[in-house]
Amino acid sequence: MSDRTGERLHEVSLVVNGQARSGACTARTSLVDFLRETLRLTGTHVGCEHGICGACSVMLDDRPVRSCLMFAVQAAGHRITTVEGLANPDGSMSVLQDSFCEAHGLQCGYCTPGMLIAAQALLDRNVQPTEFEIRDAIGGNLCRCTGYQQIVDAVRLASARLAGGAGQPATAADASPAAPAA
Amino acid sequence: MTDPGQPAAGQHFRYIGTHRRTREDPRFVMGRGRYAADVHLPGMKHVALVASPYPSARIVSIDARSALALPGVVAVLTGEELAQHTDFLYVGVDAPGVKRYPLAVDVVRYAGEWVAAVVADSRALAEDAAELVDVVYESLPFVIDPEVAVRADAPSVHAAHPSNVLYRRKFVWGEVDKSFAQAAHQLECRVRWGRSSTVPIETFAVLAQWSAGTEILDIWASIQMPKYPDQTARALRLPGNAVRVHFDVDVGGSYGVKRGIKHTVLAGYLARKLGVPVRLIEDRLENMRGGDMQGPDRIFDVALAFDDRGVVQAMRIRALDDVGAYAGRSPLQLGKPVGAICGPYRIRHVEYEPCSVMTNKTPQEAVRGFGQAPTNYAIETAMDRMARQLGIDRIEVRRRNLIGRDEFPYLIPSGTHYDSGDYEAVLDKALAQAGHEELVRRRDAARAQGRLAGIGIATCLEPSGGNSSFEVLFNPKNETTTWMEASLVRVDLSGSITAVMNTSSSGQGHETLVSTVVGEVLEREPSSIRVIHADSLNALPSNSPVGSRMAIMLGGAAAGAARRIRASLMAIAAHNLELPLEALEYVGGEVRVTGDPDRSMSWDQLVEIAHRKFHRMPAGLEPGLQASFVWEVPTGGGLPTPDGRIQMYPCHSFETHVVYLEIDRDTGKPQIHRYVCGHDCGVMISPDIVHGMTFGGIAHGIGAALYEKFAFSEEGQLLAGTFMDYLIPSAHEVPSMSIVDHCTPSPLTTFGQKGSGEAGYLGGPAAIASAINDALAPLSESIDELPMTHEALWLRSRPGRGPSAAGHPVPR
Repeated sequence: MSDRTGERLHEVSLVVNGQARSGACTARTSLVDFLRETLRLTGTHVGCEHGICGACSVMLDDRPVRSCLMFAVQAAGHRITTVEGLANPDGSMSVLQDSFCEAHGLQCGYCTPGMLIAAQALLDRNVQPTEFEIRDAIGGNLCRCTGYQQIVDAVRLASARLAGGAGQPATAADASPAAPAA
Repeated sequence: MTDPGQPAAGQHFRYIGTHRRTREDPRFVMGRGRYAADVHLPGMKHVALVASPYPSARIVSIDARSALALPGVVAVLTGEELAQHTDFLYVGVDAPGVKRYPLAVDVVRYAGEWVAAVVADSRALAEDAAELVDVVYESLPFVIDPEVAVRADAPSVHAAHPSNVLYRRKFVWGEVDKSFAQAAHQLECRVRWGRSSTVPIETFAVLAQWSAGTEILDIWASIQMPKYPDQTARALRLPGNAVRVHFDVDVGGSYGVKRGIKHTVLAGYLARKLGVPVRLIEDRLENMRGGDMQGPDRIFDVALAFDDRGVVQAMRIRALDDVGAYAGRSPLQLGKPVGAICGPYRIRHVEYEPCSVMTNKTPQEAVRGFGQAPTNYAIETAMDRMARQLGIDRIEVRRRNLIGRDEFPYLIPSGTHYDSGDYEAVLDKALAQAGHEELVRRRDAARAQGRLAGIGIATCLEPSGGNSSFEVLFNPKNETTTWMEASLVRVDLSGSITAVMNTSSSGQGHETLVSTVVGEVLEREPSSIRVIHADSLNALPSNSPVGSRMAIMLGGAAAGAARRIRASLMAIAAHNLELPLEALEYVGGEVRVTGDPDRSMSWDQLVEIAHRKFHRMPAGLEPGLQASFVWEVPTGGGLPTPDGRIQMYPCHSFETHVVYLEIDRDTGKPQIHRYVCGHDCGVMISPDIVHGMTFGGIAHGIGAALYEKFAFSEEGQLLAGTFMDYLIPSAHEVPSMSIVDHCTPSPLTTFGQKGSGEAGYLGGPAAIASAINDALAPLSESIDELPMTHEALWLRSRPGRGPSAAGHPVPR
């Protein structure tokens, strides 16, 4: 099998967000390009393509990896979780996603999928991380909007909700007046 | 009715200023944003660029035969062809000899400049083919150092321009020479702001599609640029109504730099020529080297004249800015600081000599603050020097110079009125929040133990409201005196509200801004209000989110349109209740008879009349319930005086930064232990968004002060083209921060709001530099150049290692 330029194509089968998926790609196709261009899962973003910024983070068998530094063919047979797979089974936001909304843990949203993957991987293995552990877990994900402060706040909030069993998200209606500024 | 844009006095808010979720975040956390690279059109082709390896060279020949022979390659475009069919890109100052096209024509002027574009079935194939394009160059003399570039005998970057100087003028406002002659004390210092940028995590992306049937060029781009559709059409020699920019794409950060006009003209030309959709997405190296988005690169010479008490009487600032090889709006980044040239200080006599010079480097683009952050760093460094020279506390000398709360509106020497402020209150709050006295004890104890510890302070202005007066100031042929913004609000038959904005957003939360102010005016729940981004053919006049202007300008425009809706609802009710307006009150979307709560008309009734029952409409009112409002920048509309005085921006936010850090003597690594920002941007429409942008601005400032630099070799090669060399602060380098709010409403804006999109960044670098130099002071060392790298700190942190020990003079 080859594409019309003569470059050999490989059939890649893997489990993405709980669903069996497959597609044909060249050996040099990165996992992130395969997810975005072949499977059209555009939630995962490309930032640097050299493994520094973390925007392309996905979970490979429950561990966060850079999907720009992996070939799609290497992921064959593995389980991949992307940002599209973080929601609850009923499609509602997960505790972590909801906490990012509540704590304003994002602005432009571009680094957010990678941040969510890194933070979810942390909470999966340590539901009550310290601030240092949170910063360490997201230390390989660059953000230019937030200065990380509200991201750390969001992960803390998610941690408190998950550890305390208070998984129910707050709603938009619970807006509270800010203290008078002056 | 009265002017829809006028400020409302004595306001109490139900939605403004409260903690609320944004309208945008849910789609982003679910992975359902729609960025330019996510737009997929059938049959689209992909572009890769051939870039010059030389900083200056003549293009002898381009042979694309091998590239074109590769299966899957569609076309190779050269600058020669492109220049025949397009017009050169806009230049912000009067420099007709400085022409820029998306691809180099005849000569290349920086290493990384695009020479040819390859179009292929996939990006990978396009990159393969780009390597096969054989370009023969003949190397030419080049100039990298801006201080060399200004000399008459320097190699010329643009032979058709008289010199490498793009713009130079000496402004004198007041009796500067006399004040210096009579002053008890003077100082001079030189500081350098390194070449960095905002470097968004999303690179620039554009997709263009030409429809032969409608003769419309559709554009999806990660853009944040004023007049982008107009400039695209002009360069492509198309009528303005043949370019349709889709502003409903999400932009993955910009902070000023997403100005991909050359990318767009290139992709637009190719899409039209080839008859297929064409996509160009920068990879990171293209973005850093050839994306034309590097920031200011400035040498400042500052002189102060002052008395024994540290009261500044006059100031001179000379600023040499290296804009690289071409000029878009970059020279104008020396112009905006005219509107806050004396900072927050009562300095009555000022001389300012900006000089914009070209070198054979990657071009400069607009960066957060548009030149104000470097200027603030220069002014604040001079204030610290004065304090040290006089032996007076750095905070005390600022107190002695800050404009007082009872002096507003305050006219600065260069012609701008500061609208309002209470600088000392913000300073006091920040010092209290930081625990300044405890910090002094902590620093002194650390020093007693031999550690390098320092406290930094900066008090800085954030001009906001995004007017473009620097255009008329720096270019006499330019008469742009409006920088309007607009919105349209409509209520549909179901009673739902939709508001229209006219540009894309890059993380500023504009949908939340608009829904909040429209909800506030119409007293309807903001989370129920939909905000859409028009495309450029059905958009209202707009100038995009630049210059911290959207809270003021888009907020004001949307509120003005909503006020018109509200007035229509009142008029319909008055007509149907047969009562004068004065007898009615608007409450939560219904209209009641004052004092008779049983007589009212509901939201649904009023909306239905407007949409269906013309026979119940008052005479002269349009059916359909929609309204638009186009708002001119408050204080805008003026031209400069002959001596260059002009009102620059309308509003002036203020920030005080207090930093405590220590430097590891063994590694040179600085560790920030406390960071407090006192901030006054008037009434905050969305406090969480303001705080978020301020935190992000501080983090960006930490990068500019300590880590980020587009370094070039003496041979003109970019040395920082990846994130392994260009160091962006991570969650380890950015500390936990604290913001303390203050509110001095602006008298000029709808709700008393000021701008804040550049907050944090405008004072952060100055404050960190202040802390570093305080930490080095016991060693009689200092650093006068950003970024203050680990290496530079390590060299200075031990006796016998620093430049002074090596026999070099220590810069003071």
